[in-house]
Amino acid sequence: MGLDFSVVPGFFDVILQGVFWTIAITVSAAVLSFFGGIFFAVIALYAPRAISWPMKGFEWLFMGTPLLLQLFLIYFGLIQIGIDLPAFVAGFVGLGLHFAVYNSELIQTAILAVDKGQMEAARTLGLSRGQALRHIVIPQAVRDVIPPIGNNMIALLKDSALVSVIGVSELTLSAQLAIGRTYRPFEFYAVVAVCYYIINLGMEAVLRRLERRVQASR
Amino acid sequence: MDIDLILRVYPHFLKAAILTIELSVLTAILGLVCGSLGAAARLSRFQALHFLGAAYVSLFRGTPALIQLFLLYFGGPQIGIQLDAFEAGVIGLGVNIGAYMTETIRGAIISVHKGQTEAARTLGMSSWQAMRYVILPQAFRLMVRPLGVNINALIKGTALVAAISVVELTYTAQRYIGSTYKPFEMFLLAGALYMVIIYITGRGISWLDRKVRIQ
Repeated sequence: MGLDFSVVPGFFDVILQGVFWTIAITVSAAVLSFFGGIFFAVIALYAPRAISWPMKGFEWLFMGTPLLLQLFLIYFGLIQIGIDLPAFVAGFVGLGLHFAVYNSELIQTAILAVDKGQMEAARTLGLSRGQALRHIVIPQAVRDVIPPIGNNMIALLKDSALVSVIGVSELTLSAQLAIGRTYRPFEFYAVVAVCYYIINLGMEAVLRRLERRVQASR
Repeated sequence: MDIDLILRVYPHFLKAAILTIELSVLTAILGLVCGSLGAAARLSRFQALHFLGAAYVSLFRGTPALIQLFLLYFGGPQIGIQLDAFEAGVIGLGVNIGAYMTETIRGAIISVHKGQTEAARTLGMSSWQAMRYVILPQAFRLMVRPLGVNINALIKGTALVAAISVVELTYTAQRYIGSTYKPFEMFLLAGALYMVIIYITGRGISWLDRKVRIQ
């Protein structure tokens, strides 16, 4: 059985839909992972031990196990306790939390690296600890870690292919749908790989612009 | 928490963990081979080789590992590559992680100070000798830790072969989640085994790193 790419155009709309959902889940999970990362970092650094230790255990568990396993846990685990989430939501939560943990590591280091004087000055000016964190320390910390967080986002895009396994109809699953009808795996996986590659390039371009803007604001 | 169930199924998980370790070791070896070749190509003076290395890194880092794996395993037969799931898993993951290792190895080599090459060349060494006796020994020290990060990612990455039905840890966990409806217990069991593997590997890398450090 040779290659025959002429079957591909017939599934143009299926693939386009897959592209849309891949971008949708990547962007929404990236936003969740960003704010989740800040939230986890603040808890890990400032919350009382009764909260921060279980949190560290959770982080440790999420960093030491594969994303695919976590997706199975979230998807099937929630069904077991009676919450039947749509696959998209389960995938969004799984991807978002997984990368939030990685972002949290980066943000924690960055928060600790912000000069102590910043917090002291803000407190002297009458800001509460929470306000000082929110308006003074965290913005500076986040600015410092935009490039590595950007790398995590790119990794997130590629790992979004994994949510096809729990039935989110993104790009990888649309390829599988087309393959189910045509029995032409090579053609469709190759086309889908090209789609990912292009989305990846687009995302890198956006991140580079963002980095330049953040650099300029210093 | 259903302890009885865990005690009943854990031998299956242990067996699966052995397969995960086998996969990880073979993938790491293939990744290091691909990474070394890739780095050599990326640093080559020959334009064609340089381009080839750059294309390898860009293509394999720019697309999901899962798609690469599917392309090889399901698409391979169409272009005359027949592999069983385990072989496809090792080759697919190894070539993928090799692209990341290429950048790690290249990064270590180019971060050795330029004056080192110049000094070696001034002493009459050929550029190959300078690389072999001066640059690489220093670069090796620098690359142990970042390669450890790659290997950590690779171990977790072996979970992907569950999608082509290799009976490793994640596949086993998934199967038992399906048959016992106890996702949390199965996750903890598989997760604990992954963390043991990753912890031991991490200790090994730290040991190697300390050993090659300059005293």
